[in-house]
Amino acid sequence: MPEMKETPLRNLDAFDRRLLNTLQRGLPLVRHPWEELAHSLSSTPEQIRQRLQELLDDGVLTRFGPMFDIESLDGAFTLAALAVPEDRFDTVAEQLNAMPEVAHNYRRDHTWNMWFVLACASPEALAATLARIESETGLLILNLPKEKTYHVGLHFPL
Amino acid sequence: MSDCISLSDQPVDPTLARRLIELTQAGLPLVDDPWAWLAARLNMTPEEALLLLKQLQANGLIRRIAAVPNHYRLGYRHNGMTVWDVDDARIDELGHSIGSLPYVSHCYQRPRREGWPYNLFAMVHGLDATDIEHYRYSISAMLGDACRAHEMLVSTRILKKTGLRLPPPASC
Repeated sequence: MPEMKETPLRNLDAFDRRLLNTLQRGLPLVRHPWEELAHSLSSTPEQIRQRLQELLDDGVLTRFGPMFDIESLDGAFTLAALAVPEDRFDTVAEQLNAMPEVAHNYRRDHTWNMWFVLACASPEALAATLARIESETGLLILNLPKEKTYHVGLHFPL
Repeated sequence: MSDCISLSDQPVDPTLARRLIELTQAGLPLVDDPWAWLAARLNMTPEEALLLLKQLQANGLIRRIAAVPNHYRLGYRHNGMTVWDVDDARIDELGHSIGSLPYVSHCYQRPRREGWPYNLFAMVHGLDATDIEHYRYSISAMLGDACRAHEMLVSTRILKKTGLRLPPPASC
């Protein structure tokens, strides 16, 4: 189970920082993107890809690739919460985490202490999943599907 | 700009879009010619694969092709879900302002519920606990009297994080 442990950040040098800042904004959609990137970073395509692979292997990067707005394609999604009694917290966490429909699950410091995102193929499947969680846990769900998106963008300046 | 508009008007075959997602949702391999890698698997030319990516970016299915950092490893270990009870008449204007703040990663309108009066959600990230407290105060100041109540729910443990994957077509 992933924990928020204090992992010291390995030495990111000036090149790493420029590379990551650039690539958080995105690979240019041109015929030869690595060449263009290499040019702007005064490097070579091979060196850039090797460093990216190291950062992926090391866990500094979790992923490199297209960032999809899956929700614009199909499926049904929601953010939901449970107020889980403390003595049942770990059991309920295991129940939820075992479900493939649960994409993220966070403990938060609140009466509503378990917050999770559900991803299902259809609105009907989502409703069934919500009902199943309520019946399996015996807890009431706070169901908060998004109504409007004002901003999505993770950019962590380095 | 007109190039963008004409691209986003092009419908993309949903089967093709789904196939592209399946191929790359775990990541794009770090090969010399990524569009040729995709093209070989989608039975098209590298130029067509690149055009497909541009179309999908123009119509919003692809935000960008990017490196996703593990923000805990980068030092951004503190995250707070700030929730606000905001005047409905002003929520769009305020949602866009709050969403454009550099430390806000996600900003959404969500429904109020019985005992849960909050309609605006903004996720804030910081290097330490005082950072996110400052962010909360800044947002509070920006919302002013358009906001009746708010809370910040600090994340204390990741229980699961697989990311949003394409739901299987005939399950769930």
